[in-house]
Amino acid sequence: MVARVLAAALATMLAATVPAMAQIKVGVILSISGPGAAMGVGYKAAFDFMPQEVAGQKIEYIIRDDATDAENAYKIADKLIAEEHVDALIGPSLYTSDVAVQPLANAAHVPMIAMAPLVPEPAKFPYSFADAQPLSLMVSVVFRHMQAQGIKTVGFIGFADGWGDQVHAATVQAAAATGIKLVADERYARTDTTVQAQALKLMTLHPDAVMMGNSATPAVLPVAALRRLGYRGAIYGNHGIVSPAFIRVGGTAVDGVIADTSPVAVYDQLAADNPVKPVATAFMTEYTKKNGAASVNPFAGYSYDAMLLIAHAIPAALTRGKPGSEAFRVGLRDALEATHGLVGVSGVYDMSPTDHNGQDTRAAVLVAVRHGEWTAIR
Amino acid sequence: MTPFVFLALLQDGLTSGAIYLLLAMGLLIVFSVTRVIFVPQGDLLALATLTVAQLQAGGVPGTLWLLDALALAALLGEIAGGRTTRRTLAAWLIYPAALTAACWFGPRTDPWFAMLLGIAIVTPFGPLAWRFVFRPAADASLLALLILAMALHFVLAGVGMVLFGPDGASVAPLTSATLMAGPLAISGQSLAVVAICAALVGGLRWFFGATLTGKALRATASDRLGARLVGIDAAESGARAFALAAFVAALSGVLIGAVTPIAYDTGFEIGLKGFVAAIIGGLASYPAAAAGAVLVGVLESLGSFWASAWRDVIVFALLIPVLAWLSLRQRAAGEP
Repeated sequence: MVARVLAAALATMLAATVPAMAQIKVGVILSISGPGAAMGVGYKAAFDFMPQEVAGQKIEYIIRDDATDAENAYKIADKLIAEEHVDALIGPSLYTSDVAVQPLANAAHVPMIAMAPLVPEPAKFPYSFADAQPLSLMVSVVFRHMQAQGIKTVGFIGFADGWGDQVHAATVQAAAATGIKLVADERYARTDTTVQAQALKLMTLHPDAVMMGNSATPAVLPVAALRRLGYRGAIYGNHGIVSPAFIRVGGTAVDGVIADTSPVAVYDQLAADNPVKPVATAFMTEYTKKNGAASVNPFAGYSYDAMLLIAHAIPAALTRGKPGSEAFRVGLRDALEATHGLVGVSGVYDMSPTDHNGQDTRAAVLVAVRHGEWTAIR
Repeated sequence: MTPFVFLALLQDGLTSGAIYLLLAMGLLIVFSVTRVIFVPQGDLLALATLTVAQLQAGGVPGTLWLLDALALAALLGEIAGGRTTRRTLAAWLIYPAALTAACWFGPRTDPWFAMLLGIAIVTPFGPLAWRFVFRPAADASLLALLILAMALHFVLAGVGMVLFGPDGASVAPLTSATLMAGPLAISGQSLAVVAICAALVGGLRWFFGATLTGKALRATASDRLGARLVGIDAAESGARAFALAAFVAALSGVLIGAVTPIAYDTGFEIGLKGFVAAIIGGLASYPAAAAGAVLVGVLESLGSFWASAWRDVIVFALLIPVLAWLSLRQRAAGEP
């Protein structure tokens, strides 16, 4: 008995000393405060469920907050790379931060997994990967639904900022691909208190459906205004609006709004043959046990998938070099690029030298607001 | 543009304009009495909406505890300075205690009760801002006061984010009735906003014209030194001006929160539009500021219809000719 206790104590002590020599450092940059905080909470909470050891190597997570500011993200990434000597970067979770950090990580040969819908350019930035669905993929799924519904004309309303521009660009592309005519491009600001005028403009153009390029609770405004003015057409949105807060603020006015989302957001409603279902269910069951039933969100899934990708690549990278060395980081990058058929909670990843995101339509699910709940559409 | 569309835009613009007008009044009162450009007014607006929304949802808002803590600090400060009067006791002990009790035991999910309680909770933040931030620097330069106001804006926005989280919230409308005027649907809430705004402007007119407190405020505004010579307490006037501004901000928050969701960071921009209106009034003239507020509201609505992406550019570009004209007029009047 005494011997066993001693052995256990010795093992613990050894475990406590060993990782200081051989451990993998993962730098994480998230927008935990500032305007992006609503999403940052989800990104961060996933780190309670991350593996502490992969292939016999302890993993050290160094989590930093960029306060929803790309300039901060740049400074943090610089420190993580130069002072902490991280082996890989998870994040940033903010699109503009990804764009800012990308050249830095690539110059230092540190593989990074962006968690915003950044479109990786492997030829230019070979060390950049992204695990969030590209907007063009998400919006194309929405437009395929419109096409199936016989919709011919669509009016666009979105934020007058980068997000609005990105969704608009994806909308133009998807509309051209499906032969749907785009009749309006109306914009408003996140902090606006009324979109009555833009809604009136849309009404005068009589589109069959409206596509929204906005996110979070300010996305309720155009829906409420259009319905108040008596608009009867379908209203579509992007995955930025899929949260319980959208329904809580919108009430019955947002009933029937259709949007795309990441599979993990409706993990319990996925079809039984969906490959993502078991992985997403396993993750979200643990996640909601700790954070409450209402905490389901797609963002935690991006953090989880980023580590899943890295963990998957670690064994191959270890054959190339020791953690902390450049050979290890290069090996990690090569292994990430070779990821094939990896099932995450946000889709299935099939990377290649030309595709550093690797997701397909299995990464997008359509949902609609029905009886005050986001409900998957089959 | 059909007449229907024009009227609908006008209705929307007038509703926004009424809110801007209320905020412009608050800004003018504070500026004329204390020379402070009360930037954080918009944040108080957002805090009011979020407080009422949380009350209506059955929660106890964090702003209540913040008020209790700050009031206690103010009270201790008065006691330490040996300035305790019956009035300071009422303001910093009895009032917060009564609010806490009302929130704890009262029917806080009742929409009307929650609105009144929310306004009552947020209004004291005006005098508290004066007590802790602006009164100690009352004789500082205009620029220093503006920097203080900006700093307070960031603090209040941060407080709103910590207390209420990043999501927006709405409050229950005063009325859900809709009036049909031909093809035009006029929402009862819009009418209520305009009516309450008009009533408040009338009330302020009476307050400044007929009551001793109001006259004292006007006296301080027109000549600070002169007012002090005839025995008007400048510190007391400042507190009252800030209370009025915070009150109109809280009221605006409750009114606009029923039309649109408000998040912790929404208020600043609304306050900025009120500021544009106040500047059109030269930060001095109430009728000109009122006209400015309506102009901003309607221009914003029409701008959104014609070129939605350029709306804010149109509204803020309005400042350039106004400022040019104001400075030309000032030079003509022989002032530096």
